[in-house]
Amino acid sequence: MGKKLLIHNDKVPGIDTLEVYRAHGGYASVEKALKTMKPDQVTDEVKKSGLRGRGGAGFPTGLKWSFLAKPEGVPRYLVCNADESEPGTFKDRYLMEKIPHALIEGMITSSYALGAKRSYIYIRGEYFYVARILEQAIAEAYAAGWLGQNILGTDFSHDCYVQVGAGAYICGEETALLESLEGKRGNPRIKPPFPAVAGLWGCPTVVNNVETIAAVCPIVNMGGEEYAKIGVGKSTGTKLISASGHINKPGVYEIELGVPVEEFIYSEEYCGGIRNGKKMKAVVAGGSSVPILPTELILKTAKGEPRLMSYESLGDGGFLTGTMLGSGGFIVMDEDTSIVKNLFTFTRFYHHESCGQCSPCREGTGWMEKILKKFLDGTANESDVDLLWDIQSKIEGKTICPLGEAAAWPVAAAIRHFKDEFLEIARKKKFVDVSHYNRLNLAKV
Amino acid sequence: MGAQVHGTQEYNKSKRAGIKFNEDAMKIVQKLISNYPEGKHKSALIPILHVAQAEFGGWLSAETMDYVASILKIQPIEVFEVASFYSMFNLKPVGKCVLDVCQTSSCWLSGAEDIVKYIEKKLNIKVGETTKDGMFTLKVAECLGSCGTAPMMQCGASFHEKLTYDKVDSILDKYKAEGKQRNYTDLDYKNTL
Repeated sequence: MGKKLLIHNDKVPGIDTLEVYRAHGGYASVEKALKTMKPDQVTDEVKKSGLRGRGGAGFPTGLKWSFLAKPEGVPRYLVCNADESEPGTFKDRYLMEKIPHALIEGMITSSYALGAKRSYIYIRGEYFYVARILEQAIAEAYAAGWLGQNILGTDFSHDCYVQVGAGAYICGEETALLESLEGKRGNPRIKPPFPAVAGLWGCPTVVNNVETIAAVCPIVNMGGEEYAKIGVGKSTGTKLISASGHINKPGVYEIELGVPVEEFIYSEEYCGGIRNGKKMKAVVAGGSSVPILPTELILKTAKGEPRLMSYESLGDGGFLTGTMLGSGGFIVMDEDTSIVKNLFTFTRFYHHESCGQCSPCREGTGWMEKILKKFLDGTANESDVDLLWDIQSKIEGKTICPLGEAAAWPVAAAIRHFKDEFLEIARKKKFVDVSHYNRLNLAKV
Repeated sequence: MGAQVHGTQEYNKSKRAGIKFNEDAMKIVQKLISNYPEGKHKSALIPILHVAQAEFGGWLSAETMDYVASILKIQPIEVFEVASFYSMFNLKPVGKCVLDVCQTSSCWLSGAEDIVKYIEKKLNIKVGETTKDGMFTLKVAECLGSCGTAPMMQCGASFHEKLTYDKVDSILDKYKAEGKQRNYTDLDYKNTL
């Protein structure tokens, strides 16, 4: 049983209330930070912890915080990225819904470190009911003096607000999120300047993922060095993994980074193996944008070492034979799954979600969707595989924000590892979707 | 649509006559505006559009958007460019219950296509259409963060997860019996089936 720091109390009745959360040690990090630490000391602990951004990029959080400009007389902001939209990812929703105060506590402690008097939680519009849960938690925190003026009698004051989006994957990109928070279209900004210098309303801003901010609480409580002892190598601490697809036990699991992938998929503690007694075909390990890997490469690296659930191990072999931990959106596909059709759903997604600013992404995602549709209709030619490869290679690296890469990578990886499947459809001029057994399941209650 | 948004002020004023937040809605709008520092009130635009959509029939007409612009003292085009960007805002009339069925990877792996087909057949409409009685609009959505409980659909604030045909039947029957407009801003999310 691995260590759990974020959702260990998720089954405690009433843990969504301040009273129960507090009785289980909640808000201790606020007390410790405000009463015994200077803001920079909190940042130092986060640096020592080795915590890396949990939204997908994996950038060291302490380093990101240290970039925050602190000009005299200019407000600074902490913005929480709760726009969780990467297909396959639902861990932030789980955390916020079950233990909303874990996020609020993290917002206060982190804001203290950053010197932010005001913070915003930007949550995707579809999670409206979760926004209500957060608002209730915030109201409780105000009533108990954890938010507002002179928290715990110190001279630190803080206000925290929730803002809902309205359906746009691109707003998970931090500068698009800031545009949306300013009441505009979610078009990513050209960087530099980075948000640390000119973010929300042109002021220095840190944007962090929900899970990242929640992880600050255990880091402050146990100390950065202790936290860094959990996990493996530069993948310190715990990570929430959203497991879905053809497994027996889909859901959100908190793992100690470094758990073997094989254990994660097949053990009863986690996914419980492949459902309906089928064999595994492929895994998308970190949300839709990371390269898909066939069974042999997700369980073992090209060198033959067991693959671990860590930033380094999943990345081992680069994109030729490896993938990324990403957001921790872990999608498992069984032997009957059509990789081509799954790719079509991803590409349709990126086409729908492209903001339209950059031509390679706006046009390229649409072209790729069209070509993939030809495969599903059985009208594609063998040369269409090369055309797909060509288009994806011309999106990558040529756009303002990483949505371009996110759309290109899945196409490249599917062709890299499953080219035969594309070619077979093109040769037979026929696509047969055999992943139909679910129809039987749907008829049952 | 564009022509109406760019319409003259006189036109806007006359068409806008019936569009006005009631007292309760106005209180929410004022509270939303107060969430931002002085002069940064435009930030409240998206949250206010959610309220407006819920208050004025489940969609945003040009008149509704012009009204929101007048409250925030911004140009109508600033409202339209935002409303047209985000997928949760309806720029055409919709049924009382908009069914957003997720169709991305994990939901597809779990049978989302069959759920869509089932609803199409049951309601005798295609994706994007509204039933004749104005009760249901069927839409498909991209990943709604319910991958572990797929297949799923959203209606208003409610997430309906682990869908089966029977479950779809009972949800639609319940909505039809209640007959009311379901909004993303609704609070009765705990009553999900």
